[in-house]
Amino acid sequence: MTVPAVTLAARRREGTPLLSVRDLQVRFTRRGRAPVRAVDGVSFDVAPGQVVGLVGESGCGKSVTSLAVMGLLAPRGVEVEGEVLFEGQDLLALSSDELRELRGRDIAMVFQDPMTSLNPVVPVGTQVTEVLRRHAGMDRGQARDEAESLLERVGIPDPARRLKDYPHQLSGGMRQRALIAIALACKPRLLIADEPTTALDVTIQAQVLELLKQLVAETGTAMIMITHDLGVVAGICDEVNVMYAGRVVERAGRRELFASPRHQYTGGLLRSIPRLDAVRGGQLTPIPGSASDVLPWERGCAFAPRCSAQDADCLVPDLELTLDDVRPEHRLRCVHPVPPPGAAL
Amino acid sequence: MTLIAPGAGSAAGDPLEGPTATVDEHGTSLWRGALQRLRRDPFAITGALIVVVFVLVALFAPLLAPYAPAGAQWGNQVTPSDVPGPSADHLLGLDAFGSDLYTQLLFGARQSLIIGVVSTGLGLAVGALIGLLAGGIGGWVDVVLMRVVDVLLSIPSLLLAVSVAAVLGRTSISVMIAIAAAQVPIFARLLRGSLLAQRNADYVLAASSLGLRRRTVVLSHMLPNSLGPVIVQATLVLATATIEVAALSYLGLGEPNPTVAEWGRMLVKSQNRLETDPQLALLPGLLIALTALGFTLLGEALREALDPKFRR
Repeated sequence: MTVPAVTLAARRREGTPLLSVRDLQVRFTRRGRAPVRAVDGVSFDVAPGQVVGLVGESGCGKSVTSLAVMGLLAPRGVEVEGEVLFEGQDLLALSSDELRELRGRDIAMVFQDPMTSLNPVVPVGTQVTEVLRRHAGMDRGQARDEAESLLERVGIPDPARRLKDYPHQLSGGMRQRALIAIALACKPRLLIADEPTTALDVTIQAQVLELLKQLVAETGTAMIMITHDLGVVAGICDEVNVMYAGRVVERAGRRELFASPRHQYTGGLLRSIPRLDAVRGGQLTPIPGSASDVLPWERGCAFAPRCSAQDADCLVPDLELTLDDVRPEHRLRCVHPVPPPGAAL
Repeated sequence: MTLIAPGAGSAAGDPLEGPTATVDEHGTSLWRGALQRLRRDPFAITGALIVVVFVLVALFAPLLAPYAPAGAQWGNQVTPSDVPGPSADHLLGLDAFGSDLYTQLLFGARQSLIIGVVSTGLGLAVGALIGLLAGGIGGWVDVVLMRVVDVLLSIPSLLLAVSVAAVLGRTSISVMIAIAAAQVPIFARLLRGSLLAQRNADYVLAASSLGLRRRTVVLSHMLPNSLGPVIVQATLVLATATIEVAALSYLGLGEPNPTVAEWGRMLVKSQNRLETDPQLALLPGLLIALTALGFTLLGEALREALDPKFRR
């Protein structure tokens, strides 16, 4: 029985989320020093088939969030709290063996650097087949055939020959395609892509993004796209979470966010990248300061030291992520939001 | 600088887009690449030649030698003051006991090779196992194993070898165990170290993200990446082993059977004839040095060929 597309879409909107991250906290503890809060109360949902973006600059906690979801943080020196519900099951409460069963089969990950994420001394084919043999219970021959068709699906020409190749014999784009093939080998329901295009050059970036978009749409895999590149967000995400200093500061649908960013940080990010509809010769406006100029959240808005709209009101302890009163689909954590277009002046 | 006329640039061929090396190298591993680099290295070729000749001589000693190595067949020709020199019957003359020197040298290669290879194999196997457990499992297993290895390492290797040989008695087997015991800490630490260096590699994280078992990640991902330095070390240790075999039998802890030719013992027995017949000591000494040199050259060249820093 096939489900009509309309009902599927409706189920996506209303049904229980595939992944539900609730108040996730990650602290790195170091002997004799104050713990570092890398992720500080992050909550978000991912519905089946949805592409959710986590955007922010280096050090904002987006990669740590993804590693915490996968249970891949080093066991020592890290404290993880909160809930990561995958189909209602709290991943943080699972034993490492139970988690290992899930990883690669139900949740898979594509990493940032295709140059180093493949084992240099193991042929590509072996690296594709081992996950099939581990989770799909295939024997050597079946796994080899499946690996060949996987490589073909991700657009690697002459897959039979490529299976015998070692990673250094593949170009960067090819390697990222191979990594995507490996991640999607067992048809996971959730794919976490951690800056999958950062290490690639621009034309290859576009190809890899297009491939991801197409594969996700074909298989109905939900995806968390972690990136610092707003161009990637614009190209692929349904919903966007903007992170700053370990917290989500703004959440909105993709169109909403680009049409009318409300948080000062998001506004600053969008002003700092070139736009096609901008006036020719117009200047880009960078955000002053660096990501290390933060205020602890318990004293006020962490972005206040770099914010042009900040004043004494911004020193509210633990600002909440609240529904925006102007844009109902929008949530943000800001005392002085950017006025929506049209409302200005 | 002049501007390139429109149309001229693309025809001339942008250096960036020029034909890259399109040699068909499908399935070429790092090891095969290293072999190709070795073939261009004169030191590697010299080392490999010495090693190959040594191994061939050791293997085919019974065919190459004009006589059986029974020893002392011509004892009556040796006087306290004189050993017969080269003659038509004896290419290099006789040794101090009246055996054919050439035969003894050939069979000595065999003894050195057997003891060197077996002891290095043993040391490698035990040391690598300890290193694999320590580096692969980590935690308290690592702590305990490494402290044991530290204790072993704190004893000078020759002293360790001497005490093992003294405890187990004078046989070839005890020499092998003694030399192997001295090598265990080297291999254990080396493999553990390279495994630890791999632990935070991206591909290990990626493999873990696929839900592969810890055992699989260690054995089929981390281990193959850690073997390079161990294999290099094994080659270098073979050189030391050859010297240690000789040293142990020089100290009287080697193979007791006098009919087994052994370079180290040949050195001892010819000591008091150094003034009258220096060739008795010089030839086996030279062979010990040459063998050690061969293994060292090969090992060092292998290290360079496998080291990404030296790669061209």
